[in-house]
Amino acid sequence: MLLSAALFIIGVIGVMVRRNIIIIFMSIELILNAVNINLVAFSAQLQNNVGQVFAIFVVAVAAAEAAVGLGIILAFYRNKETVNIDEMNLMKW
Amino acid sequence: MPAGVSLRDFYYLLPELVLTGGALLVLIADVLLPRRSGHALAWITLLVLAATLASLGTFSGTHEVAHGLIAVDEFALFFKVVFLVSAAVTVLMSVRYLEIEGASPGEYYFLILCATLGMMILAGGIDLITIFIGLETMAVSFYILVGFIKPNQKSNEAAVKYFLLGAFSLGILLYGMSLLYGLSGTTNLRVMAPVFFGPETRHDPRLILAVMLVVAGVGFKIAAVPFHMWAPDVYEGAPTPVTAFLSVGSKAASFAMILRIFLEGLPAMVHDWQILFEALAIVTMTVGNLAALTQTNLKRMLAYSSIAHAGYILIGLVAGTPRGVSAMLIYLFIYTFMQLGAFTVIVLMRRRDVVGDELKDFSGLHFRHPYAAFAMLLFMLSLGGIPPTAGFMGKFWLFSAAIDAHYYWLAVIGVLNSAVSLYYYIRLVVFMYLKKDATGSEPSTTPALTVALAIAVVATIYIGIYPRVLFEIAEASARTLGVVGITAALP
Amino acid sequence: MLLLIPLLPLVGFLLNASFGRRVSKPAAGAIACGAMIASFLVSLVSVFRLIALPADARAIAQQVFTWISSGDLAVAFTLRLDPLSAVMILVVTGIGSLIHIYSTAYMHEERDAEYARYFSYLNLFAAFMLVLVLGSNFLVLFVGWEGVGLCSYLLIGFWYEKKSASDAGKKAFIVNRIGDFGFILGVLLAFVHFGTLDFQEIARSSAALGPEAAFGTMSLITLLLFVGATGKSAQIPLYVWLPDAMEGPTPVSALIHAATMVTAGVYMIGRNAVLFSHAPQTLTIIAVVGVATALLAGTIGLVQNDIKRVLAYSTVSQLGYMFLAMGVGAYAAGIFHLYTHAFFKALLFLGSGAVIHALAGEQDLRRMGGLKKDLPITYWTFLIGALAISGVPLLSGFFSKDEILYRTYASGHTLLWIVGLLTSLLTAIYMFRIVFLAFHGHRAEPFADAQDRHARPPQSGSHEAAHAAHLHDAPPAMAIALVVLAVGSVAAGYVGLPQALGGSNRFEKFLEPSFTAADVRSTPDVPDDGAATEGLELGLMAVSTLVAVGGIGLAFFFFLANPRASDRVASQFPGLHRVLMHKYYVDEIYDAAIVQPIRIVSEDGLWKGLDVRVIDGAVNDVAGTVGGASALLRRLQTGSVRAYAASLFLGVVLILGYYLWR
Repeated sequence: MLLSAALFIIGVIGVMVRRNIIIIFMSIELILNAVNINLVAFSAQLQNNVGQVFAIFVVAVAAAEAAVGLGIILAFYRNKETVNIDEMNLMKW
Repeated sequence: MPAGVSLRDFYYLLPELVLTGGALLVLIADVLLPRRSGHALAWITLLVLAATLASLGTFSGTHEVAHGLIAVDEFALFFKVVFLVSAAVTVLMSVRYLEIEGASPGEYYFLILCATLGMMILAGGIDLITIFIGLETMAVSFYILVGFIKPNQKSNEAAVKYFLLGAFSLGILLYGMSLLYGLSGTTNLRVMAPVFFGPETRHDPRLILAVMLVVAGVGFKIAAVPFHMWAPDVYEGAPTPVTAFLSVGSKAASFAMILRIFLEGLPAMVHDWQILFEALAIVTMTVGNLAALTQTNLKRMLAYSSIAHAGYILIGLVAGTPRGVSAMLIYLFIYTFMQLGAFTVIVLMRRRDVVGDELKDFSGLHFRHPYAAFAMLLFMLSLGGIPPTAGFMGKFWLFSAAIDAHYYWLAVIGVLNSAVSLYYYIRLVVFMYLKKDATGSEPSTTPALTVALAIAVVATIYIGIYPRVLFEIAEASARTLGVVGITAALP
Repeated sequence: MLLLIPLLPLVGFLLNASFGRRVSKPAAGAIACGAMIASFLVSLVSVFRLIALPADARAIAQQVFTWISSGDLAVAFTLRLDPLSAVMILVVTGIGSLIHIYSTAYMHEERDAEYARYFSYLNLFAAFMLVLVLGSNFLVLFVGWEGVGLCSYLLIGFWYEKKSASDAGKKAFIVNRIGDFGFILGVLLAFVHFGTLDFQEIARSSAALGPEAAFGTMSLITLLLFVGATGKSAQIPLYVWLPDAMEGPTPVSALIHAATMVTAGVYMIGRNAVLFSHAPQTLTIIAVVGVATALLAGTIGLVQNDIKRVLAYSTVSQLGYMFLAMGVGAYAAGIFHLYTHAFFKALLFLGSGAVIHALAGEQDLRRMGGLKKDLPITYWTFLIGALAISGVPLLSGFFSKDEILYRTYASGHTLLWIVGLLTSLLTAIYMFRIVFLAFHGHRAEPFADAQDRHARPPQSGSHEAAHAAHLHDAPPAMAIALVVLAVGSVAAGYVGLPQALGGSNRFEKFLEPSFTAADVRSTPDVPDDGAATEGLELGLMAVSTLVAVGGIGLAFFFFLANPRASDRVASQFPGLHRVLMHKYYVDEIYDAAIVQPIRIVSEDGLWKGLDVRVIDGAVNDVAGTVGGASALLRRLQTGSVRAYAASLFLGVVLILGYYLWR
């Protein structure tokens, strides 16, 4: 539980502080892993396997999401030649 | 957990199955048909949506399917109709837009259908896992759709923003869900509800944390302030039909999810989330409307306006009464049409050389295309809540539900906000009717766009004048949700 | 049958809006006028059928369909004709028809498309106004209420090339938003309090309760509704939009901003007379606001130089009278004044329109003069209107205004009565100031250098002959309207001849059922006994007659016989004159209050602050209205993903903080 909480917080901070899109993305994966740890831990504690099923779903969906996300980031990179999040400011106000 | 899924379950999932099959069909047709056959694909997509709509009518009543993973009830049915209709209007809008942008229609329509499928699962989901799956099916489709116009930098940027923030909020939501599971030992909302009524779990700080994280996660999806920052950028950058679908379908689906989670799963925590949503509603309405005032890009303005509308709709949730919930359903239904209609007019303005979403593009529209201007006038009045349009009916019902539940200040703020909102809606009307400018773009219609516009206009007027049927259906739908339980939990 | 009344103008609107640009001007005008006249005829037939019914069962209802039904609650789209709405529909369709006819001539210089657009708006307005007065519940009324507002903005801004016109449209819109904000809250509260929106049922259930001694829910409801009425009917503090609304075409000013729409607030209070009677606190507020508005607007009207602005302030002032009547519980007298006022104020506006038309857009009184000779029809009809509004005996305005003053006095509000009388003096003075300045005397200077609003080539030289050749009296379509209205201004008062003059006040008797609840009809409190009251009434009449004649005399002295005297008075009280010229600086005060930094201290502060800003928006661009806050919010939207994520997280932290703090 503590481990998962720590991972969660690291992930959240990572999203907010880092500039590189890829690293932000990795931070998000950290958050999802925190969720998985939580689910599995609860599952073991409660002697109830629904949590593990949920965790597997999360893993599967996260994989799909990663594929899509990387595709989007790639398209962005092709257009702008950068992965710096702060250079992404065409639209504001 | 007993294994095996019976044939009966498949029967009740017929609409979802039809839709899935149809989506695959579109994908296959895309390969088989010669290139540049966007019209044919659009037709197939519309047929699939129609078939799904028809299959919704094959059964009635309230059922729990697949061991309590999905509920098939009137509440879900109501939302499914909203999704299918808005998907159909979106397809009608898209035909020409795709031609102009030169994007490949096959994948586009496939993704639209996938997003619709996700929404339908979301509306029926009464289990955290189902809700998660539905949410992701919808969200991932939208990530791609938002960035669908690959050479366009704005579209690209919108996709990256939407994806990163969406994934971030998903992480927060999931973390909350995992806590909910850990504290209740189940992922089924209906099993979960009574567990939390126990005195010791009710005041567990972890439970409060979980509720909070879930509120934040769903707040992102409906673009409630302060989780709204993505919306204006994404709405502006995304292809206009996608923006329309995103602001209508995704929002309605997220509200369905909110109602399921909080009214069915967490009635025990009503005092905690009610005050949260009250604050969210107030802030969301106010910030949305104030920010919309100074926008000059119409899509951006409508983005802020849709943020504000999410605030209005939250009023119904705060009221927490059956009347409040039915008011939410009514408002979502009405909102669907007026918002789609407004975006259809924007698509109408799109030409090869002009984007047509700036305010000045609309100046003097009345003189160039009176029907489009009149339709837009109608949608603006409806969004602003002026009778006899549908928007007035929806707002009236929401605010009276709030007063009925003794949330006087919420209603006052709501009315004040809709008074403020009229400025920017009417500003567009002023541009269309009271300015004569050669700079505006020349709208051009196609049959598909005309049909889309006609649907939206007719619905907006019809519901404004004769809302009775909608009201009755919405009440019946609201009743199938476990709202009775929550009113019992109230003091 | 009833449905036809608003439906006919609506059809006219649809025809003109769809095909208007393709048909000729006469055709477009004929469609619009035909729709209005047909609607008038249907109204007449309906009203005759209503009168044929016995006095205490005079109501015809037509339920068009059920609007909302939810559980035990149903709101129907029902039209209901009772004596009160009968008066209103006759005024709206009758005077509306005349103004449509007048417009065919007045607007003839517009291009085809513009001409059709004008008439389509006018018809749409009439349709909404008729829905407003025929609606049997608040929701139907609100449909009309918002609809007429929308048409009003569109028509004020009709000449949108003129910046002042579109600004005026915006101002009207913004000010009315504040009013409507109060109104819809009042409606919602009434809905929750009484569980219904039907006027009759509300009347019935409020009649069952006693009058509220302290400030309670009913007082709050009525007060909120009154806020809506002040917006629509241009009372303090929301009257500022009406004078600016004169930027619209003159027939529009006559129809919407004098005869019909602006009286909607008065009508609404009359419609809910029973409810308002049970909130005495609100009634007192209404009476005081009404009389204060009457006085304020009357003094401003005294020194304005734009002929239409004088009339506009006069309208505000007369509306104040109507609210005074409502406030002292003399509902029938208020409606009676509404009805007579519609005639003579429409007449005055149309007359001023004829003058403006003849002078090619000139509106400045100082540049007019001696028009009596060239515009005889306009002169005589205008004179009749001015006599009527001043309250000269035997004309309609005398009976209605006197009724209000008498009822005010009789109800013990002596102070209000004195102020009312004073306003009556002012009315006579400013009206005859117009008459003398515009029609008598000599033209002070050539109007060659006047801003030519119709873009005519400038007039050459100052020869009287040249002007005489150019000046033309009202064309037939305009003359007909003027003459009919003049006859109306004389005769309209006789339906409500007070008992003191040997009449039987049939008008009030006719209206009485509309102001009492159906079941618990109390005996009307009209004092219909004793010679003492009659003597009192006659005495008061004599006083007000003297006041009216005195006012005319004063105007004669200052503006015709001895024009120097008025300048001398003005120069003796330069401060006062300046204050009046600047309309008490109200616009400036509203403006300056925003320049100050806005204190957002509490929720209350925010609310008030917003209102002040909102009024400021009347002066600035709408977009700049809540500019500060909006711009700030824009700055927050930096476009940076990290900032967005931080905002998301900040939300979570805030919520968490709330729980820890709790």
